Amino acid sequence: MKALVMIAGVLIAAVAAVPQQAAAQSTLDTVRSKGYVQCGVNTGLAGFSQPDSKGVWRGIDVDLCRAVAAAVFADANKVRYTPLTAQQRFTALQSGEIDVLARNTTWTITRDTGLGLNFVGVNYYDGQGFMVPKKLNVKSAKQLNGATICVQPGTTTELNLADYFRANKMTFKPVVIEKLEEVLNAYFAGRCDVYTTDVSGLVAVRASRAPNPADHLILPEVISKEPLGPVVRHGDDRWFDIVKWSLFAMLEAEELGLDSKSIEQHLKSANPSIQRFVGATGDIGKGLGIDNRWAYNLIKQVGNYGESFERNLTPLGFERGLNRLWTQGGLMYAPPIR
Amino acid sequence: MTGIRKWGQPPILQISASFRRQRGNWGLTPFSWLRANLFSSWLNALTTLLLGYLLWRMVPPLIDWAFLDAVWTAPDSKACRAASGKGACWAFVAEKHRFILFGTYPYEQHWRPALASLLLIALWAVSALRVCWKWWLIPAWTAGLAVIGILMWGGIFGLAYVENERWGGLILTLLLTTFGIAFAFPLSIVLALARRSRMPVLQGLAVGFIELVRGVPLISLLFMASVMLPLFLPSGVSIDKLLRAQIALILFAAAYLAEVVRGGLQAIPAGQYEAADALGLSYWKKTLLVILPQALRIAIPPLVNSFIAFFKDTSLVLIIGLFDLLSTIKVALTEPAWTGFGVEAYLFASIVYFVFCHAMSRYSQNLERELARAEEGRRR
Repeated sequence: MKALVMIAGVLIAAVAAVPQQAAAQSTLDTVRSKGYVQCGVNTGLAGFSQPDSKGVWRGIDVDLCRAVAAAVFADANKVRYTPLTAQQRFTALQSGEIDVLARNTTWTITRDTGLGLNFVGVNYYDGQGFMVPKKLNVKSAKQLNGATICVQPGTTTELNLADYFRANKMTFKPVVIEKLEEVLNAYFAGRCDVYTTDVSGLVAVRASRAPNPADHLILPEVISKEPLGPVVRHGDDRWFDIVKWSLFAMLEAEELGLDSKSIEQHLKSANPSIQRFVGATGDIGKGLGIDNRWAYNLIKQVGNYGESFERNLTPLGFERGLNRLWTQGGLMYAPPIR
Repeated sequence: MTGIRKWGQPPILQISASFRRQRGNWGLTPFSWLRANLFSSWLNALTTLLLGYLLWRMVPPLIDWAFLDAVWTAPDSKACRAASGKGACWAFVAEKHRFILFGTYPYEQHWRPALASLLLIALWAVSALRVCWKWWLIPAWTAGLAVIGILMWGGIFGLAYVENERWGGLILTLLLTTFGIAFAFPLSIVLALARRSRMPVLQGLAVGFIELVRGVPLISLLFMASVMLPLFLPSGVSIDKLLRAQIALILFAAAYLAEVVRGGLQAIPAGQYEAADALGLSYWKKTLLVILPQALRIAIPPLVNSFIAFFKDTSLVLIIGLFDLLSTIKVALTEPAWTGFGVEAYLFASIVYFVFCHAMSRYSQNLERELARAEEGRRR
């Protein structure tokens, strides 16, 4: 019995001793001493984060994790992925199990303020839309009065749908089906006129599941704002800055015309913005506490935002849309890097 | 069964005789066998014809779908989409089988989890043979698990280190089951003995634990372990996700197995306890030498039942984002090129699960028979 009490005592002491040690360390120091970035990702969402047939993680959220690793370690492969379900994601971040959460998470005020988290930005602007078969000759969501609409329950999707129809004084008949597979079968079998979910989901479904993708139209109306972005913990501004500027660097590189192939040639560019970006002049790394060539390493290994988009989302039938650069009519805008 | 019961002729004998009658006589010609077994009455004849018709309607299309019209290999899913509705898409399994079996484990290193899985299955097989029930099984398991650990983690002998977040597929299912049973079973025996103990604190603790854990669904335990537990731990301390899930599974299995073991304990006649006491055996000697061997033998069928259920329960870890066999299938199906082949994917999963569960159940039948024979021999 005495031995047991002693063991318990030692354990409690050990557990109690660790946090003081850990609290003194910033996330950057912890990440450096671990030697990798622990990144929380979706368990499987095509184009965002998904293991391919060889078990290699791919997607734009995965690219963000790799970008942070490239900025910190000059090696985009120093990432470990923790696949997380929707319920687990915030706890995993709060408890320190992961360093960054890049799991197609919608930025809302409740999440940003109530959970002890900070959204660092937006890496994909999504929103709820409608898909209809072309043969119905519908060109606008305003023509959907009285339509039968397939929708999955329990998500904000269902609420947004009801709100939109009420606001426009229209009625609809919902066909609520829990499982994605079945809701799609219902739509493609013609049980409902319309299928609604986030536009990214509609695009993926149309490209992969429709017998003939050209037969289906995604209506121009987007009825909700779903800005998806990476998240970090409250209370470590240095780490917040690193993740934020990793994302901005990907956007800025696209704006400057730098990509993973051309950046080598731009090392000696005369353009002062590019010189600052690649770390030839100025000290963009100093304030972040990382190597001055971090942005160069990031773009060299991961590529700019446009490359990431084309690699992961374009093959699935995604269009840039809102996710174009601000110079091309989209919402993607990075503050200057200088 | 209505015969007069005589001393020494229990009704059980008559039941087995009537069973033999029902099972039909095998020594006759095929025609008479048919008449005796399939067409013995109008009702039976009708049932036979109906079932025969159903089989005739269902089996050929099934064979067409599963074999003749199936797409076996394809570079992408186009051929499968073309054949959808008519033939199965086994090309999906061909494309994804390595992901399904090994998850996100580094592709070039797949031989390591493959070897580890085989080793684990071999260890189970060896432990199943009664001739191998010797003391050396314990060091064999220790060594085997050490080798599996080295194979899976690596980091020495020139093997690259692979963190356990990347483990997945079959080996994860097998490891969760093996460690689950290995820890839950001894724990359950302790719990069952504690519950039958005369010491009130011990008994209360055991009852409290069993009722508490049995009173909640496994999903909520897994959620507790994966979502709540990290919040209670001081910041900076984190227990590995896999370990947390494993602990939750062990606790859950232990609570159920404890009741099974208790059932076995209660079936032991009081005479056995009294006889052991009369021999002057201590509590532990009595329990280990007299009571437990008999109790566990009685409990074999429900124990194996629990083991099989537990093997399948491990698939629930998919809700906390661990890539066991079933989750890897689910994830493989999310790739847009290959969505919609769920039937083929889940058939593949069910075949794998069936192989393991069926092996377990056959083994338990054999074991029961062997032990019953041994028991008879001892009585004689």
